[in-house]
Amino acid sequence: MIAWQTPLVDGVYVVAILVFILGLRSMSSPATARRGIMLAGVAMFIAVAVSVLLPGESNFALIALGVFVGGLAGWYWARVVQMTAMPQMVAIFNGMGGGAAGAIAAVELLVSLGNPVTAGLSLAGAVIGSVSIAGSIIAFLKLQGWLRSKPIVFPGQQPVNLAVLVIGVAFGGYAAYSVQAFWLLPFFLLMILFGFLFALPIGGADMPVVISLFNAFTGIAVALDGFALVNGPLGDAGYALVVAGTLVGAAGSLLTLLMAKAMNRSVGNVLFGAFGATEETGRTMAGSMKPMEADDAAVMMAYANEVIIVPGYGMAVAQAQQKVKELADLLEAKGVTVKYAIHPVAGRMPGHMNVLLAEAGISYDKLFDRDEINSEFPNVDVALVIGANDVVNPAAHRQGSPLFGMPILDVDQAHNVLVIKRGQGKGFAGIENDLFYKDNTHLLYGDAQQVVAKLVAALKKSS
Amino acid sequence: MSADLWTALFIGILSAFVGYEVISRVPVLLHTPLMSGSNFIHGIVLVGGIVVLGLATTPLEEAIGLVAVIMGAMNVTGGYVVTERILAMFDRSKKKAGPP
Repeated sequence: MIAWQTPLVDGVYVVAILVFILGLRSMSSPATARRGIMLAGVAMFIAVAVSVLLPGESNFALIALGVFVGGLAGWYWARVVQMTAMPQMVAIFNGMGGGAAGAIAAVELLVSLGNPVTAGLSLAGAVIGSVSIAGSIIAFLKLQGWLRSKPIVFPGQQPVNLAVLVIGVAFGGYAAYSVQAFWLLPFFLLMILFGFLFALPIGGADMPVVISLFNAFTGIAVALDGFALVNGPLGDAGYALVVAGTLVGAAGSLLTLLMAKAMNRSVGNVLFGAFGATEETGRTMAGSMKPMEADDAAVMMAYANEVIIVPGYGMAVAQAQQKVKELADLLEAKGVTVKYAIHPVAGRMPGHMNVLLAEAGISYDKLFDRDEINSEFPNVDVALVIGANDVVNPAAHRQGSPLFGMPILDVDQAHNVLVIKRGQGKGFAGIENDLFYKDNTHLLYGDAQQVVAKLVAALKKSS
Repeated sequence: MSADLWTALFIGILSAFVGYEVISRVPVLLHTPLMSGSNFIHGIVLVGGIVVLGLATTPLEEAIGLVAVIMGAMNVTGGYVVTERILAMFDRSKKKAGPP
């Protein structure tokens, strides 16, 4: 006889999955997104709550303790953190999911090592979950600035990584084959080591790809755990994990591909390429970098019909978004049209610039995608580039450049270009930017927030 | 392989296509909340953690199960709060821009 709890719990899972899908779908418009995620939150809460009703469970005190400790820590941390730290927050919470998936796989392995199907599925879930948590920790450390964000490389890196992976998986396979749980220990240790090694050579500007990739990984690991659970005594919960995990796995994979495409590089190249410092030899720049005073730049913008602002990671680092909003408000008060051109991989996570500008209270109907706004640059009076480099480098149009083929914002087409830049250095890709040497380009050197503050002050003075 | 596992496989394949279809409509503007929202949804891993901890019998299983529940709970609450905070900003940015 089936206990009464089981159909109740199953019913809740079905409804929860439906709400999750609708919640993700509501993300197609900013007007509906918030309500969608709130509904998904309620559904998740109920799904988690009823999970303790499944027959045969015990350890309720431990479950309550774990939910309380983890829930409180996650809630508190996510509440207090600064908006600018969002990329690393997304990375670390994703890593937690990967770690949970790895731990579930570990328990499944301990319980049913003798069952080849469950063991195989759990091993796969353990590999991906472990790589996801270890890789996310590295991504977190790099984004937080506790680890240098340049690619960390050493000779023979790829063969070493491959060896760690193969030997680790071999331990896991042997554990299942011999039904000796002891061998799971080196398996897990090597998988976590592999996750660390895997993420080390990936540089800061490639983070949008990496964060969404690890998100997809965690989704896949959760789905694999679900398959293993379906094969066990309380299979009902497994279905929920399969559907939700696969949804996220597919979504994350798609986003990863979109990000890689926006850089005109394959995912493989991002992961194993250790991009950077591959400047074409013997190339000299025509023209010179011409500095400009903030007062002159402010006048230039005040008399423009239209200004397009192109934000990049430099704006995020300097936390200049609030000042940018002030500047835009002043310009708009003078009758200047202000728009924002956003490159998909500007910043450290997908959509990073949109979030920062929204934080400053800038309306999202002024934010434009590359495809939407690129044709407008030839008609625009001033393009103001704030801390962006590779995404506006016209070298992307020149055959032979390492950036060739990357879809960029055609800022160089604007009548006048102003670039706010910390120094004369190159971008993440390590390639000279032709844009900075053009006749109609002028540079404003300094920290983005300070420079924009100067522009604001100059505009206030003149009005 | 049990019949249940085959059923799960069918469901999994269909879910992959649903995920792909739903996501391909999301604009670049909302890529961060999308990622963070899907991050929250794989927090369903907490349900898996509760089940394995609920069925755990040895101290080792209980310890690892507890780790799974703690991490899963962090994933789900952190993912939710981050997503909600981001979407709240998009809400606000629309309101401010509206006609006074």
